[in-house]
Amino acid sequence: MIALLRRDLRLAVRAGGGFGLSLAFFLIVTLLVPFGVGPDTGRLALIAPGILWVGALLASLLSLDRIFALDFEDGTLEVLATAPIPMEAVAVIKALAHWLTTGLPLVLAAPVLGVLLNLPGAGYPWLFWSLLVGTPALSVIGAFGAALTVGLKRGGLLLSLLVLPLYVPTLIFGAEVARRGAEGQAVATPLLLLAGLTLGAVAGLPYAAAAAIRVNLR
Amino acid sequence: MSIWEYANPKRFMQTSAWVLPWATGLAVIALLTGLIWGFFFTPDDYKQGSTVKIIYIHVPAALMAINAWAMMLVTSLIWLIRRHHVSALAAKAAAPIGMTMTLIALFTGAIWGQPMWGTWWAWDPRLTSFLILFLFYLGYMALWAAIENPDSAADLTSVLCLVGSVFAFLSRYAVLFWNQGLHQGASLSLDGEDHVADVFAYPLWTCIAGFGLLFVTLVLVRTRTEIRMRRLSALEARERMQ
Amino acid sequence: MVSLGKYAGTVLSAYGVALALLLGLVALSLWQSARVRRALAAQERRMAENG
Repeated sequence: MIALLRRDLRLAVRAGGGFGLSLAFFLIVTLLVPFGVGPDTGRLALIAPGILWVGALLASLLSLDRIFALDFEDGTLEVLATAPIPMEAVAVIKALAHWLTTGLPLVLAAPVLGVLLNLPGAGYPWLFWSLLVGTPALSVIGAFGAALTVGLKRGGLLLSLLVLPLYVPTLIFGAEVARRGAEGQAVATPLLLLAGLTLGAVAGLPYAAAAAIRVNLR
Repeated sequence: MSIWEYANPKRFMQTSAWVLPWATGLAVIALLTGLIWGFFFTPDDYKQGSTVKIIYIHVPAALMAINAWAMMLVTSLIWLIRRHHVSALAAKAAAPIGMTMTLIALFTGAIWGQPMWGTWWAWDPRLTSFLILFLFYLGYMALWAAIENPDSAADLTSVLCLVGSVFAFLSRYAVLFWNQGLHQGASLSLDGEDHVADVFAYPLWTCIAGFGLLFVTLVLVRTRTEIRMRRLSALEARERMQ
Repeated sequence: MVSLGKYAGTVLSAYGVALALLLGLVALSLWQSARVRRALAAQERRMAENG
């Protein structure tokens, strides 16, 4: 299993692997927002937590179709299906690889981008923690969506349509933590709900993803 | 792919053939009775004036929007566990109906909200949840359309329906958490038949029954169409192989 | 005709939109049903002729 993880990480970071693409996208989206809503720092400070969460969410979406598609196309996924590790574990590893190469960089980049959006000082740690706790959920939910659409040639748009509604609870709780933190309010409730969501998703969705992969390998 | 040879679809076609006229008739009667009763023979609400009449469409549609998804969930589970093709096709057939009901709920809700709340749209928990539900229906239907192999499509959409149901539930409460909302303040609420006076409740129940019967009728019609489409594909495939 | 008062436009447009959507759904369902029935009948006829 570790070998699979290492392999996926290596594949993601080498040239053409798409590593850094999500980060660049995150940066670009963050840059676009002031152009869209005007440079008033007061307004930007208000919406910064939400914008950063939405940006991280969309950036996470970008690299989702790579999770299984490459292995599906060259037959590796079929080989993995016959390997001694269960398909559910494959799904977890793939989601973990996505998180390490996309989610985690976003978590680290977000406070930096917060500066661009005049995020209030109190908001930085909570932005960080909310993304740290929430991005694994995004990866595993995204992996489920990717598993559903792995056999499709132009599955990207459908993948977004399927995954984005599923992202809503994570976004609500995560952005709420970031926003409340920025305003100095208590964050315990949304943070716990977010953590519960992530744990539940990580525990349950690999089974759904594995089932979907098996269907697509038929 | 010779599902036609299996007894199940045949039996379904036979049974639905004689159920359909009855369902249609009852649906029409219930709908006409409920709507005419509600529209012409009920008083205005002291707070909402004549707009309270919108309730006879808005509430039944909203209820059916949820129930359609619940039916899809059940039939998807039956497909996954028992592999009854009719069940999978019934889920597929129900989706556009549920989506239309969701749209009706959203539009009538917005139109009703304009004079009541002063805005066409508010990010009220119920309205927001229905918007998310609409997207779920859209995704479900898009996935059916995208997958070529019918059995794979049935499997994948069933899994999506399951996962979607869990997330629909989560979203409902997340959205409530996110915004306590205007809807709660309304004197008439979706689940509060206690809030609704009898003079409104009776025609409302009739309309709810009418919408439910309409749903059943349309699901039967659409499922029969789906079964025939499968039969058609099977025949075309057989012809190509000869 | 019942007096809808100042909310006449509201109520009527709500009913209008809802009924339009419902009728559209019903019409679509019936049209799709008829189209598939025709196609199936034609296919079955063709296969019966060709044996």
